[in-house]
Amino acid sequence: MPADHIAQLLIEADASAISVPVRCTGAWTVRGIAALERQLAQMDWPAASDLVFDGSAISALDTAGAWLLHRTLHALQQRGKNVQVNGLRPEFDTLLQLVASRSAHAEPVLPARVGLLENIGRRAWRNLWSLSDMLAFVGESATVLLRSLMQPSRIRWRAILYNLQTAGFEAMPIIGLLTFLMGVVIAYQGADQLQRFGANIFIVELVGLSMVRELAPLLTAIIIAGRSGSAYAAQIGTMKITEEIDALRTIGVGSQELLVLPKLLALVIALPLLTVFADVTGIFGGMIMASSKLDVSFNTFINRLDEAVSLSSFLVGIVKAPVFAAIIALVGCFQGFQVSGSADSVGRQTTVSVVQSIFLVILADALFSIVFNWFEL
Amino acid sequence: METSATASAVVDIRELHTRYGMAVVHKNVSLTVQPGEVFALVGGSGCGKSTLLRAVIMLLRPVSGSIRVFGREVIGLNDEQALPLRRRWGVMFERGALFSSLTVAENVAMVLREHTRLSAGLIDEVVALKIALTGLPADAGSKYPSELSGGMRKRAALARALALDPELLFLDEPTAGLDPLSASGIDELVRNLRDTLGLTIMLVTHDLDLLWRAADRVAVLDGGHILGVGSMAELSQMEHPAIREYFYGPRGRAAREQAWKKK
Repeated sequence: MPADHIAQLLIEADASAISVPVRCTGAWTVRGIAALERQLAQMDWPAASDLVFDGSAISALDTAGAWLLHRTLHALQQRGKNVQVNGLRPEFDTLLQLVASRSAHAEPVLPARVGLLENIGRRAWRNLWSLSDMLAFVGESATVLLRSLMQPSRIRWRAILYNLQTAGFEAMPIIGLLTFLMGVVIAYQGADQLQRFGANIFIVELVGLSMVRELAPLLTAIIIAGRSGSAYAAQIGTMKITEEIDALRTIGVGSQELLVLPKLLALVIALPLLTVFADVTGIFGGMIMASSKLDVSFNTFINRLDEAVSLSSFLVGIVKAPVFAAIIALVGCFQGFQVSGSADSVGRQTTVSVVQSIFLVILADALFSIVFNWFEL
Repeated sequence: METSATASAVVDIRELHTRYGMAVVHKNVSLTVQPGEVFALVGGSGCGKSTLLRAVIMLLRPVSGSIRVFGREVIGLNDEQALPLRRRWGVMFERGALFSSLTVAENVAMVLREHTRLSAGLIDEVVALKIALTGLPADAGSKYPSELSGGMRKRAALARALALDPELLFLDEPTAGLDPLSASGIDELVRNLRDTLGLTIMLVTHDLDLLWRAADRVAVLDGGHILGVGSMAELSQMEHPAIREYFYGPRGRAAREQAWKKK
């Protein structure tokens, strides 16, 4: 940077004089004062009681520069010195006056620090509230659902169909591909072990039962939680920030009825269907592996499948799907409504919605296992 | 400030054509903004005022024409080349566009941290000064944008636009959505800034009061053309029907009478 663009401060004459002239030069601007600021922080001011600042050589002054000058003068006055500024251009003088007049208001306000204990307390309190909010939300959704079921004309079929398409139909390729691969992997892993015992044909039980009872519903739910649950949270969260939710309320349209119910119903319909689809593609994956590694032909496989997988096993898998769907839809929507204020918050609640819904889905799956075990299904 | 004192215009737009999707927004628009003036763009909704502003600040690429800011052609500059220019101007968006996850003070400080080498302490002080300059109370600095009223948010956005002490300030609808008291506070602020900091200000507005009180020159846009450029007094004498409608509609007349009374 050329010297002209840098703010400088030169103390002239000998330090013993009573009145010491201080010459300010260069551009006192936000870009020019960085070096000067560091210099000023450890400046040795002369002992003289009078300091006369000469501002005639200041080539440019902006608010940051004026502030630095004002701050320096103020600090010197505090130390009992007489300071005087001469030769400033009139417009610079006005600026300095302006900055000085505002300086009373311009004390930086530091945010209050929060202690560790207070932090823990606040978090616990917030989580507790969030839990009760969640329960309230589930309850509200249930009443809205009941009211709509009693008056089917109030159900927004178009929105349900739209959600069926985006959350259900459009998820088919990814779900098909992933469960197919999962079927391949299970058959591949099992093939070695089964071959060792000469129990090749049991590949049908292995793939069929694990797919139908556990993997297909779980995998489908997890994919949908990541794909649609997050989308619900982000959509509702953004609408909350742009006050669209408030607008809906003032128009007299229930946000639950318009935003939550169609998603919930669509997902409850779509997830069991997707699970059936996942059963098919998963078993197909295992079937291909079985015929190439274990010499179990498609025909044998399908004939055996009929005996291996009972209807109850199939239903055990399918029954779980609507429950998973309700968890995903409710958690996603609830977290969307929890968004407040900032774009940051949308991201945070979206993350929470995915983490929570996957956690709850797996938890529910474990509970289902216990319950089915009781009934010996 | 010292460079803007040169004879050439701060903003020089020539034969500008812009398109938004398929719709043509501007046809052959030319205008200049002189150093130290408050230049306003007015016109009905959807006439392309904001689009013109977006073209000047390089958020929208025009189809053809030339835009010079501080004597430098801005069309076709990449981000790196644009940086020196962008540091010399400040932009205040219509809805503030404050970063919602940062406090007001952090919003202003961010610009200073990115572009200067000042110490953290001095940055905090300069930020507090900017916040005070725009007329916000001191405790507004530690608040988040979502905790502020609309008028305070505008002022905070202005404080951020002023962070680097720009020579040129772009204001998009600085008074839209404000109560009359806050709006006249903004009028005064705009004039004050021009007088004390020697800023050049280019603004887009619907606010006739702001135009009468603060604007030196005004360009009226309609249907992608400029109908007229001049001071408010000159424009109000023009015969063009659209301009007459604009200035002699009920609200225009009231604002004009107000302005005369003030004088």
